Amino acid sequence: MACAMRQIPMVESTMSSVGTPILSIHNLAVHFAQDEGLVRAVDGASFDLHPGKILGIVGESGCGKSVTARAVLQILDHPGRIVDGEIWLDRPGLSPVDIARLGPRSPEMSAIRGKEVALIFQEPMTSFSAHYTIGNQIGEAIAVHNTSADRDRVRLRTLDLLRLVGIPRPERRIDEYPFQLSGGLRQRAMIAMALACDPRILIADEPTTALDVTTQAQVLDLLRALQKERGLSVLLITHDMGVIAEMADDVAVMYLGRIVERGPVDQIFHAPRHPYTQALLRSIPSTLAKPRSRLQTIEGSIPHPYNRPQGCPFHPRCSEKIAGRCDRDVPDPVLLGGESAVSCFLYQSTPAAAEGRPAA
Amino acid sequence: MISFIVRRFLLALATTWAISVMSFIIIQLPPGDFVDAYIARLSASGSSVSMEEAQSMRTLYGLNQPYYVQYLKWVGRVLRGDFGESMEWQRPVAEVLGDRLWITVVVSFAALLLTWALALPIGIYSAVRQYSIGDYAFTLVGFIGLAVPNFLLALIILYVAFRWFGLNVGGLFSTEYEMAPWSWAKAADLMWHLPLPALILALAGTAQLIRIMRANLLDELRKPYVVTARAKGLSEMRVILKYPVRAALNPFASALAYLFPYLVSGSIIVSLVLSLPTVGPVLLKALIAQDMYLAGAIVLLLGVLTVVGTFISDLVLMWIDPRIRHQVDT
Amino acid sequence: MTPAGWTLWRPFRRAGRNGADAEDRIAVATQLQLTWWRFRKHKLAVVSLFIVVLFYLVAVFADFLAYADPEASDSRRGYIPPQSIHLFDGDGSFRPFVHGLLGVRDPRTFKLVYRVDENRKVYLQFFAEGYPYYLFGLFPTNRHLLGFDTSKAENGLFLLGTDVQGRDVWSRLMVASRVSLSIGLAGVTISLFLGVLFGGISGLYGGLVDTAIQRLIEIMRSIPTIPLWMGLAAALPNTWSSAQVYFAITVIISLIGWTDLARVVRGRFLSLREEDFVVAAELMGASQMRIIFRHMLPSFTSHVIAAVTLALPTMIISETALSFLGLGLRPPAISWGILLQDAQNIQTLAIAPWLLVAAVPVIAVILAFNFLGDGLRDAADPYG
Repeated sequence: MACAMRQIPMVESTMSSVGTPILSIHNLAVHFAQDEGLVRAVDGASFDLHPGKILGIVGESGCGKSVTARAVLQILDHPGRIVDGEIWLDRPGLSPVDIARLGPRSPEMSAIRGKEVALIFQEPMTSFSAHYTIGNQIGEAIAVHNTSADRDRVRLRTLDLLRLVGIPRPERRIDEYPFQLSGGLRQRAMIAMALACDPRILIADEPTTALDVTTQAQVLDLLRALQKERGLSVLLITHDMGVIAEMADDVAVMYLGRIVERGPVDQIFHAPRHPYTQALLRSIPSTLAKPRSRLQTIEGSIPHPYNRPQGCPFHPRCSEKIAGRCDRDVPDPVLLGGESAVSCFLYQSTPAAAEGRPAA
Repeated sequence: MISFIVRRFLLALATTWAISVMSFIIIQLPPGDFVDAYIARLSASGSSVSMEEAQSMRTLYGLNQPYYVQYLKWVGRVLRGDFGESMEWQRPVAEVLGDRLWITVVVSFAALLLTWALALPIGIYSAVRQYSIGDYAFTLVGFIGLAVPNFLLALIILYVAFRWFGLNVGGLFSTEYEMAPWSWAKAADLMWHLPLPALILALAGTAQLIRIMRANLLDELRKPYVVTARAKGLSEMRVILKYPVRAALNPFASALAYLFPYLVSGSIIVSLVLSLPTVGPVLLKALIAQDMYLAGAIVLLLGVLTVVGTFISDLVLMWIDPRIRHQVDT
Repeated sequence: MTPAGWTLWRPFRRAGRNGADAEDRIAVATQLQLTWWRFRKHKLAVVSLFIVVLFYLVAVFADFLAYADPEASDSRRGYIPPQSIHLFDGDGSFRPFVHGLLGVRDPRTFKLVYRVDENRKVYLQFFAEGYPYYLFGLFPTNRHLLGFDTSKAENGLFLLGTDVQGRDVWSRLMVASRVSLSIGLAGVTISLFLGVLFGGISGLYGGLVDTAIQRLIEIMRSIPTIPLWMGLAAALPNTWSSAQVYFAITVIISLIGWTDLARVVRGRFLSLREEDFVVAAELMGASQMRIIFRHMLPSFTSHVIAAVTLALPTMIISETALSFLGLGLRPPAISWGILLQDAQNIQTLAIAPWLLVAAVPVIAVILAFNFLGDGLRDAADPYG
């Protein structure tokens, strides 16, 4: 048998700060009870978002990243429900609140949405309503959390926001309808709307997937600038490893509703541990590869949501699976020093790592 | 936006023209003409008309000329307000119709408003509270509206009210106001009697529109912009009323526009069952008696009423949808 | 797995537990089979299908199910209320009967009034002899489902009472069902023809032809139908026979109904034209006719069937309304509308409420066709 228990290399990585995370998710489970069966969209995910950092969540389509984003804001599509886990939101001057315990329609949740945590979506065209001007929709985002503000103040602030995201001639654009703007401008408008109330956390759900490459670069630059300027904590969700490499400070790799590996971006890219992460990185086409060499793919295909494999969700496609172990039990995340963790039976943790103490 | 209005206006004109042609055809359909019927009536009462007199009458009324000339003459007279004479009543058509046309308008528009007022909130409720008891209850009422034709409904209600409550729910006025001249009191009496006929007329359309609103709203509720609105922190009620309802309002309003001809149509039969003083009963009698100028005039007026109502609905639709105003291809 | 989920998977369970088999079955199933499987999910639609079939069986066997000549009038037997059937005889044996009737003159009005005579029993006979008719229009016979001993003049069977002319309502209802249902079918056939013709031309050629036909359809939809129908129907000469009137009424009501069908057909043609398989057929040199009939038609057959099913109740209501007003079919023809004509008067209804019974099949048929049509439409295109 080729595979053996690997010893974890003691990596002194440039870890993110070990202070209190601003958003802390433990064992989140989100289930969708459909007519045809139960879909475990998120099945035990844990990760932390630290203040002022960008955490990238990466995975193939259908792995549950968007569902996680929506779960944080409790805007899951019917019949999705958070069935287990905690989502701790740290608030300055107040005690932290577990979002998972709040009712989706409760006033507490409404107070958090837009004000503390904001979300920008993949498709700006369909995410804006075609029946109201962008000024109206952005202004609404301001007014809903600032009930005392009058119309003029709201309009001025909307114009400021439009300028902030780099939309030229905001006085004209503010009264236009979403279908009158180009794709890139619409995405900027969406970012403006998300920042309307100065949230501390921004969740970006595939913000550039629907854009062409040049616009993509512009929007990413904008996001990075805004993030530095305002000290935003960003949860960046994408399937594009290139975007992750460019933007993220920390990375969480997701597969079939579980976080299979997480850690600082350098470590993930240079020393990936989980076979899935390794396979993902291998499959990126590279300009440095030998000409005419075959593109590496991951064997097999993503299982049907109603047909989840027993044991480790990745084992049917894993080239290093351990028969008898990987197909029976689900690996729990094993801490590997600092913020890194991997969910794989290949890694037997050192006693120190098992207790959560940084290796030294 | 202007092009939209112009297009709909031209369509309205074309429809009016088509209706006038059809009304004229209806007038001409029965064998024989005005003069024949006149002669028949005179001979029934004992007097007679000579051939020369008959011929001169025909020339006078232009009955010898080809149809399109007669049509143009008729249209010309109609545009001047002269609808011809009713042979049954021996009076000008306009006099016979009197208030009836206006009452038809009132009843039809009352039904239209009632449809809006009922279908919109119930449709929204049914979509938002899907599968609730209220949803099932409204669905049941909707089935009744769907399954029972309006005249049957009127008949059944009439019978039930009479048999179990001893009430005669027909008519639009209490006996003392029926023949009285118009006054505020009479108008109030009309308002008091209006809801039941309007409801019977509106029920089928309301049921249909509830289904349309419910289906469209259910579709819209799944769309991304609703999620965005929620993510901004809006209350659930605001999220639903401001965004998906607005989007679902378009197909709702255009379905409503096409409902108006049906309401006008339906008012005819329902008026017959409930003995409402609209043009319906007069039309039936006129057709049976082959009183063609009266019948044709009523058909024309009903058609014009429908066209006007539909055009107004189009304007409302345009006001609702900003995409039409900004000339975007929807 | 939630229990509710199994209703969808039931047809596939027979294929074995391995999901791959089930997927294979779906892959080789024809369009028709797929539509049928989807249709079966709608319990309401399946029930409605049975009801519709039942109604048409009644239409075919109308005379057999009747027992009294629908046109035989007897003014002495006016307004007899419905009789109740007693299933078991006094000694407990299964011999259904109704009570005989005794005619008594009302002392004040001198009108004949009927009262139930408990002393006399009229036994029901099955497959009894009654008035003569042609079964399926071909075979002369006089056997009916129900009958009684007709030798005694006072014996009578009136399951649903009689009308003002003493005609048995039940028998008339049976025959009326045949007429009303067949008019619906005939009307829808004409509408179908017109709809496919105009919708097809419109959708296939597009451009100016399409715009012209669309405008025409819009105009027709904006016209209030009933005044027009009334006008056209009233213009039918009095001298025409029942059959001619029947045909004319069918044409009149189908003249409006085709617009909806045309829109459905046009919509399907328009979307199908862009489909890759049609473009491929064109590129391979297939003729226009072949493309329409071999490639496009199978795709929208189920839609058209659904639209036709939904159009049928409108036809039936139209005929019922016209006949109710007295402008439709003429006696001695019988239809639901004509039966309801007797119930127009509130005073009449007060005396003889059973005259409203024709409303029941009308409502039932409308509901059944609507559910059936909805089910068919959902089965044809679940995403439409």
